[in-house]
Amino acid sequence: MAAIPAKTGGRPSAARRGQSIESRQRVRDGATGALMHLVLLIVAVIVIYPLVWVVGSSFGPGGGLANATPIPENATFDNYVHLFTRTSYGRWYLNSLYVATINMAGSVALSALCGWVFARIRFRGRKASMLGILILQMFPSFLTAIAVYMLFLNFGLLDSLTGLALVSIAAALPYNTWLMKGYTDNLPASLDEAAALDGAGRLTIFRKIVLPLMRPMLTFVAITSFTAPWMDFILPRLLLQSNSKQTVALGLFQMITDQYSNDFTTFAAGAVALALPITILYIVLQRHLVTGAMAGAEKG
Amino acid sequence: MSTTETSELPAPAQSRPPRAPGRAGPGLPAPVPGLASALVWGAGQLLNRQAGKSAFFLTFFAGAVVWEIATGNYYAGMEFTPRSNGGFFIRGLWGLFTLGTQPREMTLTGLTEGDNSIVLMANGLIALLTLALLAIIWIWSIRDAARYRAALNAGGPTETSGDYFKRLWESAFAFIALSPGLVLLVFMSVLPVLFGILVAFTDYSRDNLPPRNLVSWVGFENFATIFAVPSWAATFGGILGWTVVWAVIATITTYAAGLLIAVMLASKRVRFPRVWRSVFLLPWAVPAIVSALVFRSMFNGQFGPVSQWLVDMGITDERVYWFTDPTNPNLARAIALLVNLWLGFPFFMALVGGVLANIPESYYDAARIDGAGPLQQFRYITLPIVQRTVTPLIILSFVHNFNNFGVIYFLTEGGPDNVDYRFAGSTDLLVTWLFKLTLDNRLYNIGAVMSLVIFMIVGVISVVNLNRTKAIREL
Repeated sequence: MAAIPAKTGGRPSAARRGQSIESRQRVRDGATGALMHLVLLIVAVIVIYPLVWVVGSSFGPGGGLANATPIPENATFDNYVHLFTRTSYGRWYLNSLYVATINMAGSVALSALCGWVFARIRFRGRKASMLGILILQMFPSFLTAIAVYMLFLNFGLLDSLTGLALVSIAAALPYNTWLMKGYTDNLPASLDEAAALDGAGRLTIFRKIVLPLMRPMLTFVAITSFTAPWMDFILPRLLLQSNSKQTVALGLFQMITDQYSNDFTTFAAGAVALALPITILYIVLQRHLVTGAMAGAEKG
Repeated sequence: MSTTETSELPAPAQSRPPRAPGRAGPGLPAPVPGLASALVWGAGQLLNRQAGKSAFFLTFFAGAVVWEIATGNYYAGMEFTPRSNGGFFIRGLWGLFTLGTQPREMTLTGLTEGDNSIVLMANGLIALLTLALLAIIWIWSIRDAARYRAALNAGGPTETSGDYFKRLWESAFAFIALSPGLVLLVFMSVLPVLFGILVAFTDYSRDNLPPRNLVSWVGFENFATIFAVPSWAATFGGILGWTVVWAVIATITTYAAGLLIAVMLASKRVRFPRVWRSVFLLPWAVPAIVSALVFRSMFNGQFGPVSQWLVDMGITDERVYWFTDPTNPNLARAIALLVNLWLGFPFFMALVGGVLANIPESYYDAARIDGAGPLQQFRYITLPIVQRTVTPLIILSFVHNFNNFGVIYFLTEGGPDNVDYRFAGSTDLLVTWLFKLTLDNRLYNIGAVMSLVIFMIVGVISVVNLNRTKAIREL
């Protein structure tokens, strides 16, 4: 962490020179600098403490919430072993991975294709369908989720991971298409035109020329649609029922709300196992994610 | 049908010499082929001597009729009722209008197969959507027949069906490329949304579950229940009020904190800004569900470390039940807002940080020469520039907080209990209440009404926000 700078060298010289404006300024600078570092330090402690606490608890010797400490005395890996042997965590993890992978592949492919069509091809009904997409995008996804739940319930389609993935793709498709369209709008059309003159078909142009240029936005949609299913709760809670079909988020929530299980440390291990890969991914790719969010806002 | 066409044939034909004899028919007035197509699909195209096109449209017409007959029970030889004889379209529409007429009953031969209202409603909706699609093709065929004839009459060139389809194929590429996404959207988004709207006007709830009972249309009764029945209206009003307060405070606090930290990190006096930044980004990078559940444990009344610490330090005499004390709902609300601040400020810090990095240093130099102090520089340079870029995101963030299911549900599950509310606690937002209504209490109709209300509120905000951006103009 950053050290608090000891910028107090201005004080004695100030006394000697009879408090020139410059030195008074320097004292004030030093004071504000120290104050700022103090504030940052306090914020950092508040930010880090809960995270350290849960990581620490996950290594703590088995026990309830009351025994959880940030720095366990007899650190052990038992909780992680329990997690995969005594609970269905491994199964949930694979389920989440399955949904996340389908969601990522489907979202990227469909939204890139649709976004490109809207950006580059003028066809009848284009404006109307884009307006429709805008309206659908405003409709919060959990509202459709509840209707999907009622439909699936009556048609016996509940409890399918693939169904969950398809609903997730559809729920995010309007927004992702909008992002892709906005990004493609800003790509130069001259390359497409040159390729078209050379006799390239439309799909060839899309695959060979536009798609590589869309990489930053593809990355953004890929990350967000891969990570979303890990954290999503409403959709899986509505659409999945049997224990073997749960996702990690559902499982964790169950672990902590179960009145009779007094096994906080196992939950902590599960939380860390879920959070670690996603956190690393977010930190590494933070620049992509922030720019993507900005682009989304500018385009509505 | 054919009489109308032949009777009007001669008059215009004489006024205009026939063009391209053998290809196009005599100069009928434009509405005639249109009318013909309206009666029998493709008939107008046939009058226009475009056999291929005619067959194309006729295929849809014939397809719809065959589909209806094949799925129905038309040769049973008994009295026709939509329920037992109707096919995909007739029975579908019948189901949509009546929602079923025969409940499941116990008879001597066992349980009869009653009507499942919800399945009927969904099937009817699909039939209606298909009909709407067919109607579009129908209108297309009418307009095509009339327009082509009008163009011919005005001296335009003839076009064979083959040329037309070639032209169509070119422009159809967009639709073909969009179709996978479109199909997915129609079945997973549009259909459920329409279905949800319909449910708001029925009595589909735990007291009335198909297939045991029939569901029926009740008009605006559910809306009346929420807005007029005192206990419901009080719950709705109370929750709506808290949701708005929550969304406003949550958005302002996260933005203000993010701005403050970002400005501090941009200052030259701070050492190692990148290290600080990475630390502060952690709450954004850690999945919200994990952080919220961790906070839930930390603020657990009985065993949580925060209560324990307060007791150990002698600040409180006994443990504080943060989220479960019904006498102190504002404590739970305040903690929820603080936790949300922890979760939300890094996003705005990152955004504002990006904007600050792009403000040219020369602005500040100029301000310094004019004698502006740090506060004035912040007030007149930094703030306006940041504000302009970040405003759409602030509005998005407001909408997000308005529907912030995660923080509330994972942290408090809506608690502490509120005896004045129906199926809701003191920290419940509209979303979490909707979730409880639907999933825990199976009041699907009331839930559907709530969905519509939330959509209205969110929709208005989003439209206002959209109007500010260039999105609409660039459509």
